[in-house]
Amino acid sequence: MSDLAAFQKSLANRRALLKGMGAAAIGISFGGLAGCDSKSESGAKIAGTGEEPKLNFYNWDTYIGETSLDDFKGASGIDVNMSLFATNDELFAKLRAGNPGFDVIVPSNDFVERMVKSDMLIPLDHSKIPNFKNAGETFKDVAYDPGRAHSMPYTWLVLGIGYRKSKVKPAPDSWKVIFDSDQYKGRIALLSEAGDLFRLSAKYLGHSVNNMPPAMIKQIEAMLIKQKPFVKSFHEDNGQDLLLSGEVDLVLEYNGDIAQIMKEDDDIGFVLPKEGSQLNSDNLCIPKGAPHPENAHAFINYLLGAEAGKKITETILYPTPNDAAKALMSDDYRNNPAIFPTAAQLAKCEYAAYNDKLQPLYEEAFTRVRAA
Amino acid sequence: MQDWKQQRSVFAAISAVPLAWLSVFFVIPLGVVWLYSFGRNVGLTEIDISGTFANYARALEPLYLEIFAKSISVAALTTLICLIVGFPVALAITFATPKWRPWLLLAIMLPFWTNLLIRTYALIAVLRTEGYANKSLGWLWDNASGLKALLGFAPLSTWEPLPLLYNNFAVIFGLVYVHLPFMVLPLYAALDRLDKSLIEASLDLGAGHWRTINQIVAPLAAPGILSGVIITFVPALGAYLTPDLMGGTDSQMIANVIERQFKRANDWPFGAALSFLLMYATFILIALQSMRTKKEAG
Repeated sequence: MSDLAAFQKSLANRRALLKGMGAAAIGISFGGLAGCDSKSESGAKIAGTGEEPKLNFYNWDTYIGETSLDDFKGASGIDVNMSLFATNDELFAKLRAGNPGFDVIVPSNDFVERMVKSDMLIPLDHSKIPNFKNAGETFKDVAYDPGRAHSMPYTWLVLGIGYRKSKVKPAPDSWKVIFDSDQYKGRIALLSEAGDLFRLSAKYLGHSVNNMPPAMIKQIEAMLIKQKPFVKSFHEDNGQDLLLSGEVDLVLEYNGDIAQIMKEDDDIGFVLPKEGSQLNSDNLCIPKGAPHPENAHAFINYLLGAEAGKKITETILYPTPNDAAKALMSDDYRNNPAIFPTAAQLAKCEYAAYNDKLQPLYEEAFTRVRAA
Repeated sequence: MQDWKQQRSVFAAISAVPLAWLSVFFVIPLGVVWLYSFGRNVGLTEIDISGTFANYARALEPLYLEIFAKSISVAALTTLICLIVGFPVALAITFATPKWRPWLLLAIMLPFWTNLLIRTYALIAVLRTEGYANKSLGWLWDNASGLKALLGFAPLSTWEPLPLLYNNFAVIFGLVYVHLPFMVLPLYAALDRLDKSLIEASLDLGAGHWRTINQIVAPLAAPGILSGVIITFVPALGAYLTPDLMGGTDSQMIANVIERQFKRANDWPFGAALSFLLMYATFILIALQSMRTKKEAG
């Protein structure tokens, strides 16, 4: 029974499943857009924003409240047509050759940076997004998008170690247990993202996640090659399933993913190692060439509202950057140390800046680690 | 039969649509990727096709050649196992009664109705430490141990789950599972056309079953075996989902490396060069094979 539940859960994993079904997902989203276009020709109604009442939203799977889109339609009369992507790479690849008709997209912080550099995003008009005031102080101005010129905070995450309390004693407090130790031989799963692995290893070695010198990449490569025999697998962001099914006892995963399985199994814990970690954040943006920019502003403003933010958070259980929504949430959520680490812990965490020179170096070093 | 040369216009009319389809959706995009392999990244979204061979030079470094070699041996082993398992299956279907044959063929094709990813996840549920395979084996082990104790022998040591997942064994197992139908169907097609009286003659004239299969069935089914081998080997060589999801820390195949170039590394020119090396290797293999067949025929 638990097997079946875990299997169904692994199917529901938003990234792993859609990643494999990339082709199918593309089919769905193009189909959706085509249908939307043909309808728009006959639709003569005008929304309060002065545009036709349509909006094309490109989002991650299971990343919106159950009724959010209907609620928005009720409030504004605008029909939201949502299509799904599975990875930032997929999002970037689709917009690379020109916007196929999306109004609002949800890229992660490094991709916001990358898309701004590639001139793919519209600057936001803050006067049309009054709910931005709900955002927490740390999210009002961020290094990856100074002054929030192009993006609005939607969720944030931090990488840490998920572990099985009964099998891992004492509770880990350092990256050492998964990057540089044979103590839990064969019971570790690491994320198969070259960039994240190398940046967190640098953090373990006392360096920032940014501006890594090439000599350090070599050093980390050697460390990971030495660690590899003790690692059971490099997982595709499904570490929570491996931990829940008892396949491994320690995983490198995002706090939101571990928080979801902590609800199902009391024996699961999450720590943010003492060396600090890497922050990630998903953001609402409007791509260049969006057919309904006014509706897009109205939609973003709606999602940043207190009540709408609460409904989204209740469904997806990720940490919310929306203070007004957080205030409406249950104590269970607000006081969960996995979802909200302490300020002192967070102070040691950083966003990784996008660096197009280093990324290929990480990838090649990781290819060497896997081939060794 | 009429020769197409006498009916040129009819032939042209029939072939125009598929040819146009192939060139617009296959040849041209592939040509663009081929051009990328001689380019380099400028900025984040632009590729400058400068005619450089640097990507190929990098792809021929020992690191990548070793991954190529590993992928080829994994694909070859997969093909061999598929052939060994698939041949008796195809033979059994050929000799089944006409009433049973469609059902057996359906059973072979049934997995195709499910998405590869779903099948892979199902296989993971079977093979993992707490999975069905290990649970069943553990149950048998415990019962055997109990039985031994009952008969007065020392019981077996406690059951340790087998490491069935996240290693190279799992990758080969997964690839064989996925590609078996590709082997069985062409084999069946070849064996079905075989003149059964030849087999009867061979058996009548005193050859054993093994000798009959070796000297009569196998040579006559050779074209089917060959197409089965190629049709299994080529997709197995390009597999990336199975090693990704079922492999261990050292199970990466060349397609995983290529995928990462197009996605995370954002290095399309290098990814294009790696893909085309893989294609050149496949082409050469098929060309060599067809040359050999021609020589034998002529």
